[in-house]
Amino acid sequence: MTATFVGMPAFPAAARAALADTQLRTNLAHATSTIRAKRAAVVDEVADWEELRVAGAAIKDNTLHHLDTHLVTLEAALEARGATVHWARDAEEACAVVASIARSHGVDEVVKVKSMATQEIGLNEALAEQGIAAWETDLAELIVQLGDDLPSHILVPAIHRNRAEIREIFRSSMAGAGRPAPDDLTDDPAALAGAARLHLREKFLRAKMAVSGANFAVADSGTLVVVESEGNGRMCLTLPEVLVSVVGIEKVVPTFRDLDVFLQLLPRSSTGERMNPYTSTWSGITPGDGPQEMHVVLLDNGRTRALADEVGRQALRCIRCSACLNVCPVYERTGGHAYGSVYPGPIGAILNPLLKGVGVDEQTDSLPYASSLCGACFDACPVRIDIPTVLVELRAQVVDARRGSVSHAGEAAAMKSAAWTFGTSRRLELVERGSGVLGHVADRLVRRTLPGGRRALSRLPWPGSAWSDARDLPAPPRESFRAWWKRTSGGRS
Amino acid sequence: MRVALMVTCVNDAMFPGTGQAVVTLLRRLGVDVEFPLAQTCCAQPMVNTGYLDEAVPVVRNFVSAFEGYDAIVTPSGSCAGCARHQHGMVARRSGDASLVSAVAAAPATYELSEFLVDVLGVEDVGAYFPHRVTYHPTCHSLRMLRVGDRPLRLLRAVRGLSLTELPAAEECCGFGGTFAVKNAATSVAMGADKARHVRDTGAEVLVAGDNSCLMHIGGVLSRQQAGVRVMHLAEVLAATETLS
Repeated sequence: MTATFVGMPAFPAAARAALADTQLRTNLAHATSTIRAKRAAVVDEVADWEELRVAGAAIKDNTLHHLDTHLVTLEAALEARGATVHWARDAEEACAVVASIARSHGVDEVVKVKSMATQEIGLNEALAEQGIAAWETDLAELIVQLGDDLPSHILVPAIHRNRAEIREIFRSSMAGAGRPAPDDLTDDPAALAGAARLHLREKFLRAKMAVSGANFAVADSGTLVVVESEGNGRMCLTLPEVLVSVVGIEKVVPTFRDLDVFLQLLPRSSTGERMNPYTSTWSGITPGDGPQEMHVVLLDNGRTRALADEVGRQALRCIRCSACLNVCPVYERTGGHAYGSVYPGPIGAILNPLLKGVGVDEQTDSLPYASSLCGACFDACPVRIDIPTVLVELRAQVVDARRGSVSHAGEAAAMKSAAWTFGTSRRLELVERGSGVLGHVADRLVRRTLPGGRRALSRLPWPGSAWSDARDLPAPPRESFRAWWKRTSGGRS
Repeated sequence: MRVALMVTCVNDAMFPGTGQAVVTLLRRLGVDVEFPLAQTCCAQPMVNTGYLDEAVPVVRNFVSAFEGYDAIVTPSGSCAGCARHQHGMVARRSGDASLVSAVAAAPATYELSEFLVDVLGVEDVGAYFPHRVTYHPTCHSLRMLRVGDRPLRLLRAVRGLSLTELPAAEECCGFGGTFAVKNAATSVAMGADKARHVRDTGAEVLVAGDNSCLMHIGGVLSRQQAGVRVMHLAEVLAATETLS
């Protein structure tokens, strides 16, 4: 696999390229509107949805508040049931643990359950460097992997592909990874799924080791939970001898009862289903049944940094449902690749800077600005993450990290002069007199008018061109409201 | 009740007609609205771009300009949202305890439709506007303030007005403050879709409660020579038979 998010340009440039991709725009508009409608329908039928959201947020907040004790409880429960627990501070440590387990069993391939944590740490690439093939078995992840592509959505990583493109990927790439696609493969969804099933089946039956993530890790019973739709996860979790699960430390919930809330919130928010087809739970090793060696890698990789952020820590409530992506008007037009991370969309715009820190690279620092702050994400979030507020907080952190930097001096100067102008009404009045003069000039010189009769400015010099390249701007009026009020005593004279 | 008009910096400098319409409308409804001349801006441009230190003197000016009033009314959902939901954050972050308490003690800020429906208890404001209209609910009025259908109730009571439903109405137009220039391409892509929905209604006038959003959508519509006029809700509600 050669595709990588490393070195991606900042969001505005990446978005410009994506916006020009007509196939991408069509695929995304169709897919997001379909899933939005499905979600809305199944959420509307739950009378106590808001109470569920509040409960989900409260359980996560309480757990995060005592994360240290819950994690130790989880570790003890897992080990009591025969699992080995590893703690990984970062991606490198986590990948090293998984690779060493694979090496100790002499395997050169593993089958994978769809997992965001392993995407985040670049596990497939790390294993490949050691000569170990990691086969994605989720249909969409398989499409991404065979296409030497990058995921563009948390739940449906191949959302940017349509079925004609998928057929081409299967025909050209399946043979190189195992069983080839049938010669007469059509772009019928059932035929495509059938080809994937045959291709994957031999991998399921052959693999000695599987790697998964977990949607939830129950502390008191030492139970890991994977929620999925296709049954490929169930295959990976039951057939191989060795199972390694990479689990972000924020995935812990205290008790089995807490799952009650999340197993209602998650499927309705993510796939728009009342219930997901497969929910696998496993608590350690059962002799003679399923994997006989089990490892759990508890992953930090920036989560404790996010936890230390008083405003941003709520992002750790995220259950990776993707509802915020599907309702986001920015994501719908740019797709996921523009965000330069396995976590795209509104949650990615806050999670990446929280995990990596701001002021380190331009790409990450551009993400909190990749939003119009419309608030649709907050309304859709099943655990009530106030994404707009976190975005504003992260913007403030980006600005503070850049203070004094030459490359952003222009914007800083503009904001400082705006703040100076708005500091007193006398200064604002002065600026408005200037714009009133412009209004007089425009009335004489500009011919173009807006519907309704005002003069329109259509070509502004930089930086105003960022506006006027595609939008007219009304010319300023000759008289401000303030000047009118003073001149007419509030319209009375 | 002493009511202050917060006209907003955008309306003050660019859309004085909207401020004048609020004054006309409120006087017609018996409210002798005042305009505190010390006001400037709610500080949202700085806050939402991340310049929170720079926002502090602007918030300070806001609370002192409106001190002593019973209510603030503003023809902007976005600026009302900033006053209600962001001034506290700016004050807390500044570490100035006196500013924190001044913000907490500031008069309640109402977006125009909230003030009309909730405070004055009117839906029929006696307006006459014989045009085909569609209404865009701006994001901050919809999701920060939760004004709900108040603007629509006001519009439905306007004589002569024919209201057409806007498809995908609740989707953002793409303005987003400095987003409109920092991510201009994405902003315009969103604006183009909003403009398409507006054209699909066949309306001659697009109405909303925020002139900044209308400036963006109107700018796209004008570039397309779509022949659709954008108007602030206040200007529609201020119109009467004798004037138009």
